[in-house]
Amino acid sequence: MSTITATDIEAAVEDAAAHLYVWALKDIPQDLRDALADAATRETSVPGQRVLQTILKNVQVADNEKNLVCQDTGIAVYTCRVGEHFPLHPARIYAALKTGTERATVEHPLRSNAVHTITRENTGPNTGYRLPIVHWEFIPDWDGLDVKCVPKGSGSENMSFLKMCVPADGVKGIKQFVLESIVGAGGKPCPPGIVGVGIGGSADYAMYLAKEAIARPIGTRNADPHVAALEEELFGLLNETGIGPMGLGGDVTVLQCHIEHADTHMTLNPVAVNYQCWAARRASAHVNANGDVEYDREF
Amino acid sequence: MSSKRLTFPASEDAIRELRAGDEVLVDGHIIGIRDRTQIRIFDQGVEPPLDLNGAFLLHTAPNVRKVAEGKYEKMCIGTTTSARMVRFTEPLGREYGVRAICGKGGLPDEAIEPMQRLGMVYFAIVGGAAALETTQIEEIEEVYWEELMPECLWKFRVKDFGPLWVGIDSHGNSMYRDVQTEATKRLEGILAGL
Repeated sequence: MSTITATDIEAAVEDAAAHLYVWALKDIPQDLRDALADAATRETSVPGQRVLQTILKNVQVADNEKNLVCQDTGIAVYTCRVGEHFPLHPARIYAALKTGTERATVEHPLRSNAVHTITRENTGPNTGYRLPIVHWEFIPDWDGLDVKCVPKGSGSENMSFLKMCVPADGVKGIKQFVLESIVGAGGKPCPPGIVGVGIGGSADYAMYLAKEAIARPIGTRNADPHVAALEEELFGLLNETGIGPMGLGGDVTVLQCHIEHADTHMTLNPVAVNYQCWAARRASAHVNANGDVEYDREF
Repeated sequence: MSSKRLTFPASEDAIRELRAGDEVLVDGHIIGIRDRTQIRIFDQGVEPPLDLNGAFLLHTAPNVRKVAEGKYEKMCIGTTTSARMVRFTEPLGREYGVRAICGKGGLPDEAIEPMQRLGMVYFAIVGGAAALETTQIEEIEEVYWEELMPECLWKFRVKDFGPLWVGIDSHGNSMYRDVQTEATKRLEGILAGL
C-alpha cells in the first residue's frame, strides 16, 4: 500500500484549484441555466427578451466552443471547509490554491486582472498580495476538504453597498436599502443576477455574508423562516422596479434574492448588498484524506 | 422597433439617423479601449497612435494568446461596464471625432448633452455574452500600447457584431434615463407600501 504524503495532497488541491477556476468560467451551473431560461419565458419587454435570448445563446456558444462564458475572469475567491483531521495544513492549502490559480491563468491562458491597488501595475497571473481571497471554515470530527471557487467579476462587484441602519429602521430599513441599491445599480452589474444580502453581525461580516449569499444555488432558501420570508418578499419587490435585463427596462430585474444573517449587537442593524451578475459562476470540489478529488459537490 | 446595420468608421449623418431603442448590427472595424488607455490619453496627455475619426470604441480588455511579436489571437473578448469611463465621452468626440461608444450598463446622463452636440451614440451590448461576441470578431488586426496589457488599444475587424441597442442617441434621448425615471417612480410606490 502506497503512502499518501502531504506533498501528494498539496498537488491534488493545486490541481483542483486550477481545474475549478477554468471550469467555473466555462460551464455555469444547471440551476442558473434553468433560472435564465425561465426568465426568458417571463420577460415581456422586447429588448429584455432579446437580451435574455442572447444570454442563452451565449451559454450555448460557450458550451460548443469550450470558451469562457464571460471575458471577465474575475478575482479568484475560494471558500474552504477544512476538516479537523484533513492531512494538509491550511497554510499549505492556501499555497496550493494560489499556485493552482496561477497555473490556470498561464496554461489556459486567462486574462490577468490583478493589479497593485495604488500603482495599478498588473501582477501577472491573477494572484498577488492577499490574492486569491480565501474564506475558511473549520469542521470538527472530519478529515475532508471542500473547496468552492467563485470567480467574481468586477462589473457586479463594483455594485456592492453597505449601510449601517439603526435598530429603529427595523426590517423596513433593510428592505428600503436593498431596493434603492438595486435601482441605483441599474444595468451596470449585468442584470438579471443574484442579489446577495448580508444582515447583522458587524460591518465587515455583513459584507462577507452577502458574498456567501450570492454563491448559494438558485432554488435554496435560508433555513430561518423569518429570513426566508424576507428573501421571498424582496425577490418579488425587486422585480417590480422595471430595471429589466441589462438595465434596458423589463419585468426580470433579478433571478433571485439570497440573504445570509448573523446575530448582532443590540444597537446595530447592518445591511450589505453584494451583486452577482447573470453569469453567476461557481464550481466546487471535495478532496478526501487520500487526495482523491470529486467535482461538482455543492456545499 | 427598427433593426439597422451600420459599417464603421461611420459618418455623422449615419449616426444622426439612429434613435434610442433601435437594434443595430455592426460590421467593419472597431477599437477596443478601456480605463487605463483613456487615462493615458487624457490624463497623461499621450496622443493615441491611430486615427479615431468616425470610430466605434468598444469598452473591453480581451483574453488573448500571443502568436508572434505584436500579433495576438482572440480567445475570449467581451465588454465591460461603461459608466466608469463617462468623463472621457466629450473629449473623445470633440478632440478625436469618435462617433460611437459601446459597452454595457449604459452611460450616466452627463453623456447625453455631448452626444447630442457632437453627433455620437452609445451602443448597449449584452454584458457577459463574451463567448458569442468572440465569434463575431474576425481578427485582431492591430494592437498598440502592449505594455498596458490587457488594457491596450485594440483594432478588431468584426462582422454581424451585436445585437446592440442605441442606448443614447444624438437627439437627446437615453433609454437609461427613461428606465431610471420609471424605476424611481415605481420605487416610491413600493416604499410607500412597505
